[in-house]
Amino acid sequence: MISTAEPPLSNQLLIDHLGSQDDKGLLRFMTCGSVDDGKSTLIGRLLYDANLIYEEHLANAVEDMRRLGVAGDTIDFALLIDGLQAEREQGITIDVAYRSFTTAKRRFIVADTPGHEQYMRNMASGASNSDLAIILIDARKGILPQTRRHTFVASLLGIRHLIIAVNKMDLVEWDHRIFNCIVSDFLSFASRFDFSSLQAIPMCARSGDNIFIPSPIMPWYQGPTLIEHLETIDVSSELESKPFRFQVQWVNRPNSDFRGFSGTVASGTVRVGEKLVVAGSGRGTKVKSIVTYDGDLSVAVAGQAVTLTLEDEIDVSRGDVLCPSAERVEVTDRFQARLIWMNEEPLVPGRRLLIKLGTRTAACSVTDICCKIDVNTFTELAASSLQLNEMAVVHLKVREPLACESYNINRAMGGFIVIDPVANLTLGAGIIEHGLWHHNHVHPQALTVSKETRATIKGQKPMVVWFTGLSGAGKSTIANAVEKKLVALGKHTYLLDGDNIRQGLSSDLGFTDSDRIENIRRVAEVSRLLVDAGIIALVSFISPFRSERQLARELLAEDEFAEIYVATPLSVAEARDTKGLYARARRGEIKNFTGIDSPYEVPESPELSLDTTTHSAEQLANVVVELILERCH
Amino acid sequence: MQGEHVMKITHLRRLESESIFIMREVAAEARKPVFLYSVGKDSSVLLHLAIKAFYPSKPPFPLMHIDTTWKFKELIEFRDRTVGQLGLILIKHTNPEGVRRNVNPFDYGPSAYTNIMKTDALLQALEMERFDAAIGGARRDEEKSRAKERVFSFRTAAHCWEPKNQRPELWNLYNARVGPGESIRVFPLSNWTELDVWHYILLENIPVVPLYFGAERPVVNRSGKWIMVDDDRLPLLPGEQPQMKWVRFRTLGCYPLTAAIESRAATVEDIIYETLVTRASERSGRLIDHDDKGSLEEKKRQGYF
Repeated sequence: MISTAEPPLSNQLLIDHLGSQDDKGLLRFMTCGSVDDGKSTLIGRLLYDANLIYEEHLANAVEDMRRLGVAGDTIDFALLIDGLQAEREQGITIDVAYRSFTTAKRRFIVADTPGHEQYMRNMASGASNSDLAIILIDARKGILPQTRRHTFVASLLGIRHLIIAVNKMDLVEWDHRIFNCIVSDFLSFASRFDFSSLQAIPMCARSGDNIFIPSPIMPWYQGPTLIEHLETIDVSSELESKPFRFQVQWVNRPNSDFRGFSGTVASGTVRVGEKLVVAGSGRGTKVKSIVTYDGDLSVAVAGQAVTLTLEDEIDVSRGDVLCPSAERVEVTDRFQARLIWMNEEPLVPGRRLLIKLGTRTAACSVTDICCKIDVNTFTELAASSLQLNEMAVVHLKVREPLACESYNINRAMGGFIVIDPVANLTLGAGIIEHGLWHHNHVHPQALTVSKETRATIKGQKPMVVWFTGLSGAGKSTIANAVEKKLVALGKHTYLLDGDNIRQGLSSDLGFTDSDRIENIRRVAEVSRLLVDAGIIALVSFISPFRSERQLARELLAEDEFAEIYVATPLSVAEARDTKGLYARARRGEIKNFTGIDSPYEVPESPELSLDTTTHSAEQLANVVVELILERCH
Repeated sequence: MQGEHVMKITHLRRLESESIFIMREVAAEARKPVFLYSVGKDSSVLLHLAIKAFYPSKPPFPLMHIDTTWKFKELIEFRDRTVGQLGLILIKHTNPEGVRRNVNPFDYGPSAYTNIMKTDALLQALEMERFDAAIGGARRDEEKSRAKERVFSFRTAAHCWEPKNQRPELWNLYNARVGPGESIRVFPLSNWTELDVWHYILLENIPVVPLYFGAERPVVNRSGKWIMVDDDRLPLLPGEQPQMKWVRFRTLGCYPLTAAIESRAATVEDIIYETLVTRASERSGRLIDHDDKGSLEEKKRQGYF
C-alpha cells in the first residue's frame, strides 16, 4: 500500500520547525554497498520516511515497476533513487549521487556511492565530503570480500565513524544469532583500523524496521535506530580549536583604497589585531579587519567565508596560506601521499601533472611509487605504474613549495587532486601523509633583496642552460664556447661541469643509478641558487635520466630553463673517445658507463637539439647564444 | 577582546559559506564567467549570495537572462527593478531566429518551443560572448538526474553533458580548467533544498517575484492544471473563460507552460508551511519535464540548464 496521507502538521508544528532551523547541524555521510545489498532501497526509505518523496515520484516508481515487470506489493524504493535513464534500465547505479533530507534534529547530505565498477573513484569522491560511512551488509550473505574492501578503503580515506547496517533481516527470520555472528566477523578484521566509532544495526530497509522506528520484530536489539544514531553521533573534528589556516581564494580590490583577501577559514579562529604570516614567503603582518557583507566581525571561525584586510602592504595572492606566526604551516615541495588513480591511462612516475591543493594549482610530478595498496588483501605490492582505480603510496615533487599538512590533521590542507595539464581532466586524488626531505620544519626566511633585484643590477635574465648527451658528445666544448661568447657580451655566467663537480661537491658519489640521481639533484639545486643569484648557469652533464632532468626543470620557472640535447650518436662519440673512456668501458675497466652498460634516455622535447656531425662547435654555440639572448628580451 | 560572540554555524550558514566559496572559485579560475539570472527564487538567493561573496566589490561577472518572450510580465518588471537597484550589468538575449519564425508553445508544442527559445537561445548567447563558465541556480533535490550533477559540470565544445563521463569531484577542489570552446556549468546551490531556499529567503529578507505569493489572478483550467492568462496572447479554447482564483507559483517558467497552485499564502512563513505539507514536487508544475521519464536528463544532455 502506498500511503499518501498528509503528515500531521499544525501551525504549532510550523513554529517548532522554524525555531529548530536556528540550531540545526549538518551531517554528511556516505553509503557503501553493492548492487544487491539494498543501498538504494535504504536511501529511498530514509527519504520516504523523512517525507521527501512526492506523490508523482511514487507514481513514476510504481509505473516503472510495472514496465520492468518487477513484482511485489511494496514500493521498490530503489526506483525512486536511481536517477539516470541507463541506470533504471540496467538496474544498477553508475555515479555518485547526493541527496538531502532533514529531521527535527539534523540536516543530512547523503553521498550514495556505488560499490561495483569504479568503486574506488566513487568511494573516494563520497568520502572526501563525508564524516561517516554506512557499510551495508546483506544478512543472508554476511561479510563479503567487498565488505572488507569498502571498510579498508573508508579507513584509508580518513573516515572515522562507521555504521554497520545489517540489512534484509526479514530474509533471515530476524535471527539475532545471525546478526551477532556477522558483527563478530566484522570486528575480527575491522578492529585493526582506526575508527573512532562503530555501530552495528540490524534492519530491514524495505519494511523500515530500525530505520526511523524501533523494530517490534527484533526486541533483542536494544541499540539506537539508524536515524537516532545519525541524529546524535558527535562527528566534530574540532576544526575550530586547531591552528588558524586561511587559503586565499580571491584578491578583493574594488578600488585603490581597499585591498582584501577573500577566502573560507579552513581551521581555527582569527581575531582582529592578530599577528599572521604568509606561509610561503614568511612575511608577517596583522589582521586589520574581518569584512563581510553583514558587517565587520571581530572574530571569524572555521567554515566562515570572509574577507581579511591586513595592516601592511605585503605580497599576498590566490593560493597563499595565512597562518599565525607562532603556529606556522609546513612548506614543502616534496611529500608522501596516498594517491588514487582515476584515469584509463596509467600513471607513470615523471609525468608532468598539475596539483590542486586548497586554492593553489602548481606543476608537479610523481617521483616514486613506493608501493601499491591491495585493498582486498590489505597488503603492499611493488609497482612501477598505477592503473585506473588503484591506490598507492607515492612521493610527489611540486615545482614550487606548497603550504600543506597531513590529511589526518587538517583535511583542507592535506587533500589534493591531480589534473592533466593538457587535456584538463581530473586524473586522481590524494591525501598527504607527510612532507619529505626532513626540511619540513625549516620555514623560508623572507629575504629583502630579491632575485629580480640581483638580476636587474646585472642587466640580464638569469637562467639554466642544461647540456645533456653521451660522454664525449661535445657538451663541454660547446658550453665553453657559449660561456666565452656570453662573457664577451657582458653577461654574468657560471659553468658547472660534470668532471669538476665530481671532484668536489659530489666526490662522495659513485656511478650507480641512485648516486647518479643524487648527483643531478645536487647540481640542479646549485644551478637554482645560481639563478637566484642572477647568473646564467651553464650545466654540462651527461644526466642520462629523463626524470632527473625534469626535476631540474621543475625547480625553475618555465622560461628559466632550457634543455640542450647534444645529439651525437654513440658510434661517433665512441669513435672520437677523446678521454679513452669508451675503450676502458669496453674492456670492462669502468662499470655503469652511459651508453655501454648504463642507459641514456634521449630527451623528448628539448629546447634545442644539436647535431655535432654536421656543424662545428662554434656554429652550435652561436645557436645556443641566440636562444639565451632571445629569452633575455 | 572580551564578551565576543562566536557564531555557531548552523546548516544554513554552512550552505551559505559553501555557495560563496564556489562563486569565488569561479571568479578566480574562469576566464570569462557569466551569471545565468532566471529571476526565480533560486536565482534571487544566488544573486544575494554573489553580492555577499564579493563584497565590497561587485560580482565580477555580468548577469544574463534568456528571454523567451513568454515570461510572466511581473517577472520581467522584477528583473529590471532588481538589476537597476543593484547597479549590475544585465545581458538580455532572445533567439532572433525564433522571433522571426514566431516560435511559440502552442504552434510548435512545448518541447520544440523550449528547445528553440530556451536551449538554443542559451547556447547562442554563451557562444556569442565566449563565456567559459556559466553560474546557475539548479539544485540536486529538484529532479533525479540532477542528484548526480557535479557542482562544476563540464560541457563539451558542443555544450553536451555526458553523464557517464563526468570529472570526479572531491572535497571543495573544483576543476574549472577547459580547452577552447569547452565550458563549465557551475551550481553553487547544489546542496540546497527547496525548503532551505525559503528558509534563507526568510532569514535574509530577500525580495522575490510577487507571483510566488497567493493573489487573485486570471486563470484557466487545462487538464487539471491552472494556467495563468498573463496577457492576451494565450489562445483560449472554445468555451474557455478566464476566472479569478487565489493562486501562486512554486516555480516560474514560461507562463503558458507553468501551472499555478491554489493558495492564499501571503508570507514566506505561509509558503514554508505549504512546502512542508505538500505531497507534490516542486517541478510538477513544469509541463516540459513530463514528456517522458528521462526527459530532463535528455534536455540537459543537449544543453538545457
